[in-house]
Amino acid sequence: MGTSSIGLATLSTLLISVVFLVSPPPDPAYSQVLWTWIKVGTFDPKLSFRFDSLALVMSLVVSGVGFLIHIYSVEFMAGDPRYSRFFAYMNLFVASMLTLVLADNLLLLYLGWEGVGLCSYLLIGFWFENPAYGRAAQKAFIVTRIGDTGMTLGLILAFLNLGTLDIQTLMARAQVQWAPGSGLATATTLLLLAGALGKSAQLPFQTWLPDAMAGPTPVSALIHAATMVTAGVYLIARTHVLFELAPRVLNLVAAIGAITLLISCLSALVQTDIKRVLAYSTMSQVGYMFLALGVGAWSAAIFHLVTHAFFKALLFLSAGAVIHSLHHEHNIFKMGGLYHRMPWVFWPFLIGSASLSAFPILTAGFYSKDLIISQALLSPLGSPWLYVIGLLGAFLTSLYSFRLVFVVFFGEEHSQVSQKPGKLMLIPMVILAVLSLNGGLLNVPRFLRSSTDLPPIHLWLPVLSSILSILGIIAAYFFYLRKPQLLVTRKLEPFRAFLYSGWGFDWLYDRVFIRPFVWFATVNRGDFLDLGFQFIGKANWVTGQALSLCQTGKIRWYAGIIGAGTALLILLGEVL
Amino acid sequence: MNGVPLEQSLLLAGILFILGLMGVLIRRDIVFILLSIEIMLNASGLAFIAAGSHWGTADGQVFYLFILAVAATEVSVGLALVLRMFHRFKTLDADAYSRMRG
Repeated sequence: MGTSSIGLATLSTLLISVVFLVSPPPDPAYSQVLWTWIKVGTFDPKLSFRFDSLALVMSLVVSGVGFLIHIYSVEFMAGDPRYSRFFAYMNLFVASMLTLVLADNLLLLYLGWEGVGLCSYLLIGFWFENPAYGRAAQKAFIVTRIGDTGMTLGLILAFLNLGTLDIQTLMARAQVQWAPGSGLATATTLLLLAGALGKSAQLPFQTWLPDAMAGPTPVSALIHAATMVTAGVYLIARTHVLFELAPRVLNLVAAIGAITLLISCLSALVQTDIKRVLAYSTMSQVGYMFLALGVGAWSAAIFHLVTHAFFKALLFLSAGAVIHSLHHEHNIFKMGGLYHRMPWVFWPFLIGSASLSAFPILTAGFYSKDLIISQALLSPLGSPWLYVIGLLGAFLTSLYSFRLVFVVFFGEEHSQVSQKPGKLMLIPMVILAVLSLNGGLLNVPRFLRSSTDLPPIHLWLPVLSSILSILGIIAAYFFYLRKPQLLVTRKLEPFRAFLYSGWGFDWLYDRVFIRPFVWFATVNRGDFLDLGFQFIGKANWVTGQALSLCQTGKIRWYAGIIGAGTALLILLGEVL
Repeated sequence: MNGVPLEQSLLLAGILFILGLMGVLIRRDIVFILLSIEIMLNASGLAFIAAGSHWGTADGQVFYLFILAVAATEVSVGLALVLRMFHRFKTLDADAYSRMRG
């Protein structure tokens, strides 16, 4: 039931896409206003949808990859006591995500935005019997909420200054009213950026994503790899006109993307949990997308978003198949030698890793990542620094992804394969593998008006990045299969621990934010702001107690009071 | 009927009323409290009669008839309640009926 509804959504999306491509509408978009949502004075957000080429790409990814993952989940989640609840949450997620990408109004987009956040929370904590998983869910929700607060403020600021939340009108008005680089444009885009960073797990909000791997693996594939974490990229691409008005914020976007990319690549190198490796890898790939956004290469960012959705979903699904077969074993050093045991999982995983590490010519990841790296150098907003970081990231990416391949599928066997994945799990993996290989050939049409006329790509750029990617694979082979003892030295141990903990951000946030907050909450247990309100309550209570003293239940007492009262009234009448 | 001046009859009515009130306040026996209420009602009735004769109209007597009817019904309901309460509390002491204390 749950799967077929998503299947229907995919079919209709495909149908609309064909119609859209065969006979493009004159406006370059279909839009549909359903009704006015709220009307308060001049604030009248419409419940309206807009289907343009960006929404087309996004909804194809969301419903297509979502459908494959649903099929996979039918087998993966079989036997779970909360099977139907799982699909209810997943369907709610896909519905919210489609609302997010199709919304023509920032408020409606925000509704979808919060909807996917809620589903993320519910699904991370899906196995809530384990308190650690519940905490991971709360962490994800609270950290993204910090960014969302910024985004809410950004929406309010935009509405106050431009008087509308309708995306197209808003951008048109912003171009007229705001000077490039003006303070208002900078402030609004900074606040929107905060929301995007929170959702996409970029610095400084990146800490929630590795913990979010507590959820079932299909959830990690759908929400925390393919779709939801890229919502931030989508938001910036959708409102890119605003961001063009604030070049300094764009520089910041690129810098954040580059730093997150490096940090998470290095952390991914030392993780031992297969899903955490992939989580850090997702952060770094989203970092690439932010880098592309920051240099104004909108279509490159969306292109990478699409290919990333394919190969990262594939990687998560095949990792899930491995975990499923090994009794929920997550530690890669307890796997090993699975190549002979599970060739049907090995090949998709290999293809996914190759695509992730941008293996030249053959894989989709190569085309999209290479486009970003060369844009980082050639775009007017780009710089050699960003280019070098991009290249370094490419090398590290292939190093850690092939570390996974070699450690998990080669070497000695450390554990027994208990059950083999069935057809329902393998078919989505095969389809995604094909997409990961050929996705680059789609060569997504130029759907966003690019701020820069793309300069022709020189030949030596892809060659250089290909060499680095292959070098990474060779290095991984050398360090993790041939001479694994090389890296196990005491000198590197503190460094490894530092990287393993995700550069100590959790520790830092714990010291800087959580502990002072808990301390304050402990000191302020009585809540001094509450004292005034408590006083009102107390006074009422005391008065009530005093008055109830005269309710003796004795009829003579009441009669006496009535008599005395009457006498008093008569006396008053006499006196006055 | 001109023999009794208004002041004297009103004074008598007042004295009767206060006697009745005192009875209500001092007596603990519920039957005596009801009796005292009857005295208070009759005191007010006397005041009506006196005023009616002073103004030379029949209104005072009509009012008294009404008061008489009300008093009769009130006593019948009151005595029925007294019976029920005696059943329940096994006493006629009004102070014992203080279940509804606040």
